[in-house]
Amino acid sequence: MSGIDIELARLMATLMLVVSFMLLYQDRLAGLINAYALQSGLLALAVAAQAHAQEAPHLYVTALLALVVKGLAIPLALHRIVLRLGVHREIEKVIGVGTTMLFGLAVTMLAVLVVLPVTETAAALTREDLGFALAIVLLGLLTMISRRNAVSQVIGFMSLENGLILAATGARGMPLVVEVSVAFSILIAFIVVGIFLFRIRERFDSVDVHALDRFRGELP
Amino acid sequence: MSDLLLIAVLLVPAVAALSLAFVRDYRTGATLNVTAALLAFAASVALLLGDRPPAGELLIVDDLNTTFVVLNTLVGFTTSVFSASYIGHELDSGRLTPVLLRFYHAMYQVMLGSMSLALLANNLGLLWVGVEVATLTTVVMVGIYRTEPALEAAWKYFILGSVGIALAFFGTVLVYLAAQEVLGEGLPALAWNRVLEVAPRLDPRLLDLAFVFLLVGYGTKAGLVPFHAWLPDAHAEGPTPISAVLSGLLLNVALYALLRFKFLLAGNPEAFAPGPLMILLGLGSLWFSALMLYRRRDIKRFFAYSSIEHMGIASFAFGVAGPLANFAGLLHMAMHSLTKSAIFMAVGHVAQARGTQKIADLGGLVRTHPMLAVGLGAGMVAIAGLPPFGVFTSEFLVLNSAFAAVPSLAIPLAIGLLVALGALLLRFVQILFGEPSAQGEPVQAAVWPLVLHLGLVLIAGVVLPDPLVRWFQHVAALLG
Repeated sequence: MSGIDIELARLMATLMLVVSFMLLYQDRLAGLINAYALQSGLLALAVAAQAHAQEAPHLYVTALLALVVKGLAIPLALHRIVLRLGVHREIEKVIGVGTTMLFGLAVTMLAVLVVLPVTETAAALTREDLGFALAIVLLGLLTMISRRNAVSQVIGFMSLENGLILAATGARGMPLVVEVSVAFSILIAFIVVGIFLFRIRERFDSVDVHALDRFRGELP
Repeated sequence: MSDLLLIAVLLVPAVAALSLAFVRDYRTGATLNVTAALLAFAASVALLLGDRPPAGELLIVDDLNTTFVVLNTLVGFTTSVFSASYIGHELDSGRLTPVLLRFYHAMYQVMLGSMSLALLANNLGLLWVGVEVATLTTVVMVGIYRTEPALEAAWKYFILGSVGIALAFFGTVLVYLAAQEVLGEGLPALAWNRVLEVAPRLDPRLLDLAFVFLLVGYGTKAGLVPFHAWLPDAHAEGPTPISAVLSGLLLNVALYALLRFKFLLAGNPEAFAPGPLMILLGLGSLWFSALMLYRRRDIKRFFAYSSIEHMGIASFAFGVAGPLANFAGLLHMAMHSLTKSAIFMAVGHVAQARGTQKIADLGGLVRTHPMLAVGLGAGMVAIAGLPPFGVFTSEFLVLNSAFAAVPSLAIPLAIGLLVALGALLLRFVQILFGEPSAQGEPVQAAVWPLVLHLGLVLIAGVVLPDPLVRWFQHVAALLG
C-alpha cells in the first residue's frame, strides 16, 4: 500500500496546499500567476501518480490537461492579458497579509478536522487527499474574497478548481472525472477570454455606498 | 418509444442551439426558438403520459421529475413566445445587435436543454453538470447588454455561482465515497436510484457532511439567504425573458437537486435530519426578503426579492417534512414558477412601454396600459398569496402543516408572509393606480402566455385537479 506512486501522490497534494498559501500572500499579479502555474503542475504530477496507483489510465488525460492547459497555456495568456490591461504593477489587497494567513491556517485546520473523522473507513490516501482538497478549495475561496482585481479572483477560482480535481481523482474509480476536468478547462478558457474581451479590471472595488446604490438602481 | 421521447427532450434543445447559432435573421431565429421549445414541451408531455423507460445509469424518469420536466418545458416554451415579442423592441432601441441575438437564442436553448438534463439525470454527477451548465449560460445572458451594471451583475453571479459549483461538487464526491464503500467503484455508485436502494447501509457521517456542502452549494443556486447576493442583480440587469426563466425555472431546478439528496438522507435512519437547517434557511430567506421588499425601487429587483421569499417558503416546507408539508412545498414550487414567470413577462412589456424599471416612474398603469395593468395586477395578487390563486392554496397548506408539526414555527412564518404581503399591496397600489408620470408608448405584447400561466394558477387555486393531487401526494410521501 506504500508504493512510490502513492508516496508521490501524497507529497504532491501536500505541496499543492503549500502553494495555496503562497497564493494568499502574493502581492503582484505576476507572482500570483506563477504560483498558480506551479500548483497546476503539481496537480498534474499528483493525478499522474494517482493514475498509476489506481491503474486508471484515463486519468492520464486529466493529468496532461492540467499540465498543458492550466500549467502552461492559461498562465501565459494571463501574463499577456495583465500586460495589455496595464494592471501588472498594481498591488491589491483587501485584507492584510498577516490576517489572511491566519484565516488560511484556521480554514486548513477546519478542513482537516471536518474530513478526517468522517472518513475513517476510507483508504488512507483518499482521506488525506480529501482533507487537502477541501483545504485547497477553501483557501481558493479565501484568495477570491481577499482580492479585488478580476484577474486574481479568477486565479482564486482556478486554484479552487485544482482542489476539486484533486478530490475527484482521489476518490477511487469516480466516474466522469475526465469529462468534468475537460469541461472545467473549457470553462476557464472562456472566462479568460471574457476578461480580455470585456476588459474587466476591478469589481466590487468601491467602498462608496453611493456608487453601490447607483449600481443597484436604488437611488430615486 | 419512451426511450426515444426521453432522448428527444434532451436532443431537441441541443440541435436547436446548434442551428440557431447559424441563423442570421432574428425573426427566423425567434420562430425556430419557439418551435424547438414547443417540440421539447410536446415530447415531455408524451413522456409524462406514456410508459416510463427503465432507469438507466445516466438518466431516469420517475414521479419526482416528470412533472418538473413538463413544467420546465412549458414555461420554456411560453417564455420563448414572450421573448419573440420582447426582442424586437430591444433591437429597435439598439440595446441588442443581430449578432448578439443569434448568440442569445442559441444560449436560450442550451439553458433549457441543460435544465432538462439536470431534471432527468440519474447520475448525480450528471445532475451537477446540468445545473452548472444552466448557471453558466445564464451568467452569459445576464451580461448580454454589456453595460457597466450588467457586467457587474454577471461577474458577481459568476463568482458566487462558482463557489456554489465548488461546494456542490465536493458534496457529490463525498456521496460517491459513501456509496462506493457499498456499491463498489464506477458508475453505479453515482446512480441515484442505486444509491437510494442501499441508503440505509451508507456511512451516515459521510452523508451528513455531504449534505451540508450540497445545501450550501445548491442553496446558492436556489438563492437562499445568506447565499442570495447574486440573485437581485442578475434578475435586474439581464433581459427580462431571462429573468423569467431564472426565477421560474433555474431556482426550482436547484431546489429539486437538493430534494434528490434529501431522499438519500431520509432513507438512512442514522443520518441527521436536514429539517432544522432547511427551516432556518427558509425562514431567514422569507424574513430577509420580506423586509427588503419595502426598500426596492427597481421593479425587477423587487420581484427578484419576492423569488427569494418564495424559495424560502418552499425550503421551509421541505424542512418541516411529512407528507402534507412536502406536498405543499412541491405545489408551491410549481405555483411560484408559473406565477413569477408570468409577472416577469408583464414587467418586461411594462418596462419597455415606459422605458424605465423604476417603480416610481411606473405609476398609473391602469390609465396608460389597461391590458398590461390587468395582467401585472393579477400576477401581483397571485404572488402575494391572496385567494383565489394557487399560491394561496400552497402557502395555506405550508402554514397548516407547520401548525400541525411545530406550532411555534407557524408564527414566524405567518408574520413573514404578512410582512411580504404588505409590501406587495403597497407596490400594487402605487404601480396600478398612482399618478401617471409619463404616457409611455403602446407595445405589441404577446398576451396569451401570461393568460395561460395565470389561468393555470387560478385553476389550481379553485379546483386542484385530482390526478395532480394524487401524484403530488405520492411523491410527498416518498420524500419522508
